Amino acid sequence: MSTTDTTPRARTTSAFDEELIPRYTMVERVNHWFGAITYTYCLITGLAFWTPYLYWMAAIVGGGPTARFWHPWFGIFFTVSQFLMFLHWSGDMEVDNDDRVWADNIQAYIENEDDKLPPVGRFNWGQKLYFWGMVGSTILLLLSGFMLWYVEAVPWSIHILRYVAILVHASVALITIGLFLIHVYMSTILEEGSFGSMIHGSVTRAWAWTFHRKWYYKVTGRARPTE
Amino acid sequence: MSQASTEIVRISGHAGTVPGAGLNREYQVCKLVDTTTCIGCKACEVACLEWNGYTFSETKFDNSYQTMPETAWNYWNLIKFNEHERDDGTMMLLMRKDQCMHCEDPGCLAACPADAAIVQYANGIVDFQEAHCIGCGYCITGCPFNIPKFSPTARKVFKCTLCNDRVSVGLEPACIKACPTGCLHFGTKSEMKELAETRADQLRSQSGFPDAGVYDPVGVSGTHVIYVLHDAKNPELYGGLPRDPHIPLSVRLWKGPLKWLGNLAMLGGLVGLALHYMRIGPKKEEPIPPEDRKPS
Repeated sequence: MSTTDTTPRARTTSAFDEELIPRYTMVERVNHWFGAITYTYCLITGLAFWTPYLYWMAAIVGGGPTARFWHPWFGIFFTVSQFLMFLHWSGDMEVDNDDRVWADNIQAYIENEDDKLPPVGRFNWGQKLYFWGMVGSTILLLLSGFMLWYVEAVPWSIHILRYVAILVHASVALITIGLFLIHVYMSTILEEGSFGSMIHGSVTRAWAWTFHRKWYYKVTGRARPTE
Repeated sequence: MSQASTEIVRISGHAGTVPGAGLNREYQVCKLVDTTTCIGCKACEVACLEWNGYTFSETKFDNSYQTMPETAWNYWNLIKFNEHERDDGTMMLLMRKDQCMHCEDPGCLAACPADAAIVQYANGIVDFQEAHCIGCGYCITGCPFNIPKFSPTARKVFKCTLCNDRVSVGLEPACIKACPTGCLHFGTKSEMKELAETRADQLRSQSGFPDAGVYDPVGVSGTHVIYVLHDAKNPELYGGLPRDPHIPLSVRLWKGPLKWLGNLAMLGGLVGLALHYMRIGPKKEEPIPPEDRKPS
């Protein structure tokens, strides 16, 4: 399955390239899908409450009152998944100097010129942005969400908090939708091999070498060739 | 609107003019609460419970005659009792019947996400349709008067209907019917406004209340429940009646610019991602260079 050598993406396969490297543990994967399902539920029901044009979305999860009943609970389930993700991944999510250079040259990443970018650790700067964006958003959504859930528990004397909560909840939810769309797009159809890694837990050597080179050398224990 | 079906516009086979054609009928209804003649008897509270089929709730004593601190999902009509010390040191007991104000520009309706859960009739009554209510509580945030209340058992929100079921068959609201002093009136908006202004004028010129006036707040484009107050310059004295009620700015932002910006951003995002895939396409893994394939 080789193509001509005239393209920059000339591909040759070798058994070595196709060897599998574990990337996500079973627990990480199960928790990821727990988060994905609970977020999607909140997304569908939240959009139903967001605009009359999407109110029909409530029907696909059992109708308006049912959607209203479960939305906060699924929000709490999602928060649990986010907390576990924080435990699993926060150590690999610290932004380093390579990430800052990567971020400055994100245009190259968007245009699939990844070879112009600094080598990437277990996660790239975009993934780190997504991670911290979701963690921060979850905290704000949880706090504002409680005030929407139990609106009468916010005393009338400080009812300005009710007004703040409604704006925060909607605005932050929109930010997460933006992050979520990019995440789903990139991990399902843009970056081949990503989706499978969250199902089976492993990636090929070539995938790791191409997209997460620093991580590849770290987990394989191979010496990096001097350039 | 039942009046509209009795108003004749054209008559078949009829010689001469149409009787009543061109008559100016007013559909807008209004409840007038004259706080200056309220004696705090709570007959309106009882009548409201009785007509709407609720049992009397447990009272909460807070050093006043007031039944409970604020209206409840099953207690829509509450007289607020406030002791007020005047400049000359004398005391006044201000009593105001609190209930839904039936705003011309209702914040509850603006905030509600559920199709047909809140309707405003042509006569001005703002009514909750509990069958369509999903119990989200957005109306509670939208209301500047702290009126809609959530029922934990029904998981829906309730409030005063202005006895829409009575008004639609030509009866006055139950509270009006029960008032023994005549401090409650019910009629068309213009009649009630005129009566209120006459009473306020009387209070100013004959009863020593120079600041007496009518409460019909413009911030919500007027209400279908209006008050005569001894001191219209300080409505807050009457159990926290807001001086300038309006639909909260955050609700307006949320239901206005934020909604359209958000929808545009979501659609734009989807289109942008599709275009990215079409123009640039997928990222593929590349082969590891031969010099890096040697066993280490």
